[in-house]
Amino acid sequence: MAAVIQTKALEKHYQMGSETLRALKGIDVQINTGEFVAVMGPSGSGKSTFMNMLGCLDIPTCGQILLQGEDVTHLPAATLAQMRNKYIGFIFQQFNLLPRTSALDNVVLPMLYNNTPRQQALTQARECLELVGLGSRTTHQPSQLSGGQQQRVAIARALVNQPALLLADEPTGALDTETGLEIMQLFQQLHRQGKTLVLVTHEPDIAEFASRQLVFRDGKLVSDKRSTPACAQTALAHFRQQRLAEALE
Amino acid sequence: MNSITLLQVAWVALKVNLLRSILTMLGIIIGVAAVIIMLALGAGARYDVDQQIKSLGGNVFVVFSRGRFSGGARQSSGSSQGLTELDALAIEQQIPEVNVAAPTLRANGQLIFGNLNWSSDIHGVTNSIYQAQSWTLSEGRTFSDAELASAGRVAVIGETVKRELFGQSDPVGQTVRVNKLPVTIIGVLKGKGQNTQGNDQDDLIFMPLDTVRKRISGMTLSSPKAVRSIIVQVHDERDMASVEQQMDSLLRQRLRATDGQTPFSIRNLAEMIETRSQTLQIFNGLLAAVASVSLLVGGIGIMNIMLVSVTERTREIGLRMAVGAEPKVIMKQFLIEAVLLCGIGGIIGVTLAVITSLSMQYFTGFTAIIDPYVVLMSVGFSCLIGIFFGYYPATKAAKLQPIDALRYE
Ligand SMILES: Nc1ncnc2c1ncn2[C@@H]1O[C@H](COP(=O)(O)OP(=O)(O)OP(=O)(O)O)[C@@H](O)[C@H]1O
Ligand SMILES: [Mg+2]
Repeated sequence: MAAVIQTKALEKHYQMGSETLRALKGIDVQINTGEFVAVMGPSGSGKSTFMNMLGCLDIPTCGQILLQGEDVTHLPAATLAQMRNKYIGFIFQQFNLLPRTSALDNVVLPMLYNNTPRQQALTQARECLELVGLGSRTTHQPSQLSGGQQQRVAIARALVNQPALLLADEPTGALDTETGLEIMQLFQQLHRQGKTLVLVTHEPDIAEFASRQLVFRDGKLVSDKRSTPACAQTALAHFRQQRLAEALE
Repeated sequence: MNSITLLQVAWVALKVNLLRSILTMLGIIIGVAAVIIMLALGAGARYDVDQQIKSLGGNVFVVFSRGRFSGGARQSSGSSQGLTELDALAIEQQIPEVNVAAPTLRANGQLIFGNLNWSSDIHGVTNSIYQAQSWTLSEGRTFSDAELASAGRVAVIGETVKRELFGQSDPVGQTVRVNKLPVTIIGVLKGKGQNTQGNDQDDLIFMPLDTVRKRISGMTLSSPKAVRSIIVQVHDERDMASVEQQMDSLLRQRLRATDGQTPFSIRNLAEMIETRSQTLQIFNGLLAAVASVSLLVGGIGIMNIMLVSVTERTREIGLRMAVGAEPKVIMKQFLIEAVLLCGIGGIIGVTLAVITSLSMQYFTGFTAIIDPYVVLMSVGFSCLIGIFFGYYPATKAAKLQPIDALRYE
């Protein structure tokens, strides 16, 4: 199977005064096309640090990262920016949408940096908003959207350049359970369509929807399991039923 | 990212913080407007001076007879005589660089036509005055030799006199009374308008020298051919100095002047006006310099706001970098924002300056000349200010690490 991204003996150290903090201690992972990977682990175990390395947002202290077979470890900032634009879609816990900018323009943003013609960019952006179920909200600004809707806009933005890899750091962290499940349902839909996803979460329930679970502890990868994913749609239906029952009681 | 998209992105960023953008621009607006207004007023003053010199001719001397005419009566006679027509003739004939030397006398006169009356300056002249002072006729003719020789009762009037006494009708051939003397009008001077001091140059009448001397002024003169002044026109402005010297020695010799007692004075009018205007120019330059300082202060304001903006939008910068903005694109975005602020400020400043100078010209009578070159320069300069003061904040933005920018609280 083709590796989308691969890390070899990946290390990240932070210099805190006189002490060196080893946030990642030699990570070797290969993520293949079409995988849905959940990254788990306690707080401070290095999950976000790992994700930032995968997304070429941060530079490893030592080790190697291969993105689509190409060594990106020592590329200059400008080339890294182009790599991110082409291969990676980011979804953040805090959505990170541009304020006072319409959903459509937010989704168009990544295409501003690869000179997609305006008309084509708008068409693609609309398609992506359609895909995440926001076809009727294109002109809304972030402040006029709910948290779940904002996260959907962010997902549309991550999808718009058809990246090889989608990275989501605690995408449901700022959402309530139901909305979180809806987002997971969307991720599973993308996974079924063949997308490669990596998702950070510390909720085991959420991790179950992925096809593979990585567990970090203290900067090390301590577990790497593949499993049949649970169905988010079923979980959502179940959750709603339960809540209804609670309300009736 | 192409430049149109960059401009759009910058425009949107400025629009989102509209009030702040306008306040920031204000520094540039005021600076640019002040510089342009100062330069416009300076150029206007310069233009006025040039016009005045041009109307007099930069190649003209006026030689005044000194002391002979005060109070309309002759002072105690010294050894020397006052200037005469013959001196004018001598200057014209003996100094080859001189084109023409026109002798003149002056008197005040009351003109009466029908039931209208008007008081004006009466100049006793010969026909050389037309050339010496660049007058032309709009109607009629100049004096004939016979009229000049026999103190003829004829006059050529200025446009103002024509308007006051005759309105639209034709004055040529009409008779007016000048200090009770009936005089026939034979010509009308083409108007020159106001000079820079706002004096009407067309409120005058020309009569033959002898007519004024014998029939109008009633002055007791030092000699039968005495004149008050001689207007001397030189062929070439470059000979002014040499002509002045030659005239001085010629007149000293002719009037038998001793060293301590000079019965005439030679004035180069262009030079006098020039000297007076220089003070004005220096003052104006000083004001323009002060105005430029305000432009500089405006630029610092731009830098301040751009720095605030970069800090405030750190997460946005991080996001843009995450989705593929190269550092140089981020740099361009902030530079363009700064340049846009300054450029728009500059254009508004120019507009303000044009409106202000035009209304100043209209209401106060200052001449303001806005040089298109100055306009281009100041808009260009304010864009340069944008680049200069936007550069540091833009570099600061471009140097951010994407991950640090995204994490920024
Ligand atoms: N910029 C930094 N400077 C210094 N130390 C850092 C920095 N970023 C992360 N760390 C440290 O690296 C370790 C790993 O942090 P990381 O953010 O990857 O944890 P995490 O697994 O994402 O935790 P959480 O679940 O709370 O998000 C932590 O001990 C953290 O303090
Ligand atoms: Mg984290």
